[in-house]
Amino acid sequence: MASPTPPPEPVIKISQLSTRFGKHVVHSELDLEVRRAEIFALVGGSGSGKSTLLREMILLHRPDAGSIRVLGVDLDPISAAAALALRLRWGVMFQHGGLFGSLTVAENIALPLREHTELEESLIDGLCAWKLAMSGLKPGVAELYPSALSGGMLKRASLARALALDPELLFLDEPTSGLDPLSADGVDELVRKLRDLFGLTVVIITHDLDLLWQVADRVAVLADGKVQGVGSMAELSREDNPAIRQFFDGPRGRAAHEQADQHAGAR
Amino acid sequence: MKPIPADVAVLSRPAAHELILSGYWTALGITSIQHEIAAVELTAVRTLTVDAGGIEALDTAGAWLIQSLLTRLRDSGVVATLHGLGTRFQTLLTVVAQKVEAHGPEDAPPSIRRTTAYARLGERTEALLAHAHALLTFVGESAVALAGCVRQPVRFRWRTILYNIRLAGVDALPIVGLLSFMLGVVVAYQGADQLRHYGANIFVVDLVGLSMVREFAPLITAIIVAGRSGSAYAAQIGTMQVTEEIDAMRTLGIAPLEQLVLPKFLALVVALPLLTAFADFLGVLGGMVMARAQLEVGFNEFLERFVKAVSITDYTIGLGKAPVFAAIIALVGCFQGFRTRGGADSVGRQTTRAVVQSIVLVISADGLFSVAFSALRL
Repeated sequence: MASPTPPPEPVIKISQLSTRFGKHVVHSELDLEVRRAEIFALVGGSGSGKSTLLREMILLHRPDAGSIRVLGVDLDPISAAAALALRLRWGVMFQHGGLFGSLTVAENIALPLREHTELEESLIDGLCAWKLAMSGLKPGVAELYPSALSGGMLKRASLARALALDPELLFLDEPTSGLDPLSADGVDELVRKLRDLFGLTVVIITHDLDLLWQVADRVAVLADGKVQGVGSMAELSREDNPAIRQFFDGPRGRAAHEQADQHAGAR
Repeated sequence: MKPIPADVAVLSRPAAHELILSGYWTALGITSIQHEIAAVELTAVRTLTVDAGGIEALDTAGAWLIQSLLTRLRDSGVVATLHGLGTRFQTLLTVVAQKVEAHGPEDAPPSIRRTTAYARLGERTEALLAHAHALLTFVGESAVALAGCVRQPVRFRWRTILYNIRLAGVDALPIVGLLSFMLGVVVAYQGADQLRHYGANIFVVDLVGLSMVREFAPLITAIIVAGRSGSAYAAQIGTMQVTEEIDAMRTLGIAPLEQLVLPKFLALVVALPLLTAFADFLGVLGGMVMARAQLEVGFNEFLERFVKAVSITDYTIGLGKAPVFAAIIALVGCFQGFRTRGGADSVGRQTTRAVVQSIVLVISADGLFSVAFSALRL
């Protein structure tokens, strides 16, 4: 369904955003747009403010200046009711899972459904089992507590919880960090499948070059408080900006590039 | 046709063989429709047309509901045809369909095992014994670590020990002092009335002196310290356990028992008797103040009698119990900390256990002391 005019409103629109922690400037007049149904990756070195940007997008941190619009809603000012309505429309997978230690995996996934809907127990159970399977976990995991899970399983369970309410927008914070390559490949696959199936918009914060090459439609490179470049990996790889080059030069960058080329050749 | 209310799923059945689905079939929108779906009457119907053209939004919850309806129709022998669903919604429904089929009764979680009261009693007893055994093992390991340090005194972490003495001892002085003073006041006040009856006013000294020095001061100090320091030990070690700091310590070749347990243990063994002596002093002072106010026993009189009433043995007995109580508090606190598994709520649980168990053990030990001392006629 291609609608000719006007171009649809971006899912996330950040303009002139500034953030400071004391004297330390994290973002200075940063602009960014995320389009509907794309897989958007945010990269940058440690301390480049990508996690802070994520926290600002999901209403966990208030920027000092500038505006953020998510799903057509301005985040500042926002009423409590509007904030809740918005929170139900996005899902967040935290870097370390953020699962509640006192609840089993199944209860963690069911929590948003129990809290915000009045669905019947049997329906909730069915949906949970499905989200669990969709995230690539075995049914036996449902009754375990998060402390019994491995790192990869934690991330998958966290993803299943993020998907519980069928969000339009999914935020993934370092989805592949700490995973073995096989599990990381599984995450690539999963993210793509979700986007194709539900038309999800996915925002990923990552360092994983393979993930960037294989999955991301567009990538924004963050450095010095600004977005240094936005585009597909292929486009970015032709840039000269040193802040962007660091992702392509260096052995790991080159290896990921070559592998991506091979993938493209094989397809 | 009725106007569709915003954001809600709507189900209507204009004819027996026709079902119209419209509106928002989302997790938030299908609340009211769930029972209607379940109540769709299927008797005396052979075919059913399901018109889904009016569906504005569909998510997995909605698709699940529709698919379970379709499955139910098929299972009861009704020929159902679904039409009008958008292509994107159709893909979702297909994916869900595969899942609903798979989610059969065999997928149901295993039923909860029923246990009899006897079995539970047995399990509890077994767990209790295992727990006691683990505590004993921990005490043994700590003793071995202590012996190792005694042989090589360089390995003692003096700085940490002194720091712990300050935390558990010096910082506890105000609260221990206040509470024991008040306890002395209460004991003298309670006794005053009875003693005045018999004109035995002077015996308030025996009452306050013996009870404070032999029992109350060591006990109240131990209970305060168990609440203050025992809990802190369990919480600190428990949190370190959760954040893998203990494991890191082991891999770096630092024995957690030497680094974490021994300094706390030794610090408390030193600090608790000192705190008890302080509690003795303030407790007796409290009694003295009360004796003068209520029983006309002056300070001089009180002190003269005190020397006769309270022997050095009484004082030593009271003070001698303190290191034992200190050992119990430090070891139980650290032990419960090390038993923390998992996350935040486990830290909380273990901290509670540390305090409760150390208080129980302290009072039991005090009981044993009483029995032993009376057998020894002390």
